[in-house]
Amino acid sequence: MAGKPKLHYFNGRGRMECIRWLLAAAGVEFEEKFIEQPEDLDKLKNDGSLMFQQVPMVEIDGMKLVQTRAILNYVATKYNLYGKDMKERALIDMYSEGVADLGEMILLLPLCPPDQKDAKIAQIKQSITNRYLPAFEKVLKSHGQDYLVGNKLSKADIHLVELLYYVEELDPSLLASFPLLKGLKARVSNLPAVKKFLQPGSQRKPPMDEKNLEEAKRIFRIK
Amino acid sequence: MAGKPILHYFNGRGRMECIRWLLAAAGVEFEEKFIEKPEDLDKLKNDGSLMFQQVPMVEIDGMKLVQTRAILNYIATKHNLYGKDMKERALIDMYSEGVADLGEMIMHLPLCPPAEKDAKLTLIREKTTNRYLPAFENVLKSHGQDYLVGNKLSRADIHLVELLYYVEELDPSLLASFPLLKALKARVSNLPAVKKFLQPGSQRKPPTDEKKIEEARKAFKF
Repeated sequence: MAGKPKLHYFNGRGRMECIRWLLAAAGVEFEEKFIEQPEDLDKLKNDGSLMFQQVPMVEIDGMKLVQTRAILNYVATKYNLYGKDMKERALIDMYSEGVADLGEMILLLPLCPPDQKDAKIAQIKQSITNRYLPAFEKVLKSHGQDYLVGNKLSKADIHLVELLYYVEELDPSLLASFPLLKGLKARVSNLPAVKKFLQPGSQRKPPMDEKNLEEAKRIFRIK
Repeated sequence: MAGKPILHYFNGRGRMECIRWLLAAAGVEFEEKFIEKPEDLDKLKNDGSLMFQQVPMVEIDGMKLVQTRAILNYIATKHNLYGKDMKERALIDMYSEGVADLGEMIMHLPLCPPAEKDAKLTLIREKTTNRYLPAFENVLKSHGQDYLVGNKLSRADIHLVELLYYVEELDPSLLASFPLLKALKARVSNLPAVKKFLQPGSQRKPPTDEKKIEEARKAFKF
């Protein structure tokens, strides 16, 4: 077995952060090689390391995996965070994909033209309050268990709790009427590996600021 | 075990078509309940049948599954189209996700404002020719086998071949310099279950009619 997984991305959340969270929650130590200049990205491309010329890329168990979901699914399977059978996996996937949909909206917010931003934020808040948080609160209510699926921690809980932190960053009041989600957030945050990841000095990345955004645009050649 | 899977969606390709392809290729008969008016969608929402108030939704094995990938993953696992171990699954996922990225661009093309359409089309052609098709041609070249992963048909082959049909619809010349992909397309198309699905009269949906999409857009407010 090779050494620690090696994450290739720029020094920011982006599409790699959910992978960092999952590895951290699974108690897996990982290394990061930050792409700081467009030339770093070019080098990876020319090396043939990126199947679709894109990052995230994770070197793990002799593979150079790209595509966020491929990486997440592999990590989840390897560390038993993907349920006990195919029906549990279906639920975990359904929940994880819902989280990903909302997460994508929040992820892309910094790229929104300034004149459309307020409307976009309002739309996101509305989705959070009326669509996504109620759906997950309902799951927890339906079985009264500590975790979303199979009474056991899975990737679905980790992805959801990560998202709840971003919802809280957007507007803490959004979580107010969801007691079971607040309970899940607290419970998962208190797991030793997650608690450690939440401390300052961990590999968790801060919210994107103007400087970070400019850097990302420069590296990925986004206008 | 419940009866046939029931697919809830509009009578069009959209986000359900890849599911239809996968079920068909797996030799699984399925029923379809088409959403024709906003009231049909409202009913599903009010029934509590749609976890996130969205379709696709597939009733299968006692579950009401939403989210395209959740549905695809379940079907692939159930019908042994997801590789033999976790490393094969990783490759299958990587390839399937690449297909999905290009597929998403093509799917959204009819929704593109007319002023932006030419630019969008050019971008899609560029990515098809320079990014996606070479990547998959290289995989086949690297091992010389008949299928993308593990020398066995998997969902990756089915998703890719479906995509190749859409690339061909866009511009047949795009496939010209990819002999191994053309061969994969022919090989998979010739499998009995796929061959049947490709015949007229099957549940395969035709290209999206721009007029129909405008109507759907107004009716369903997207």
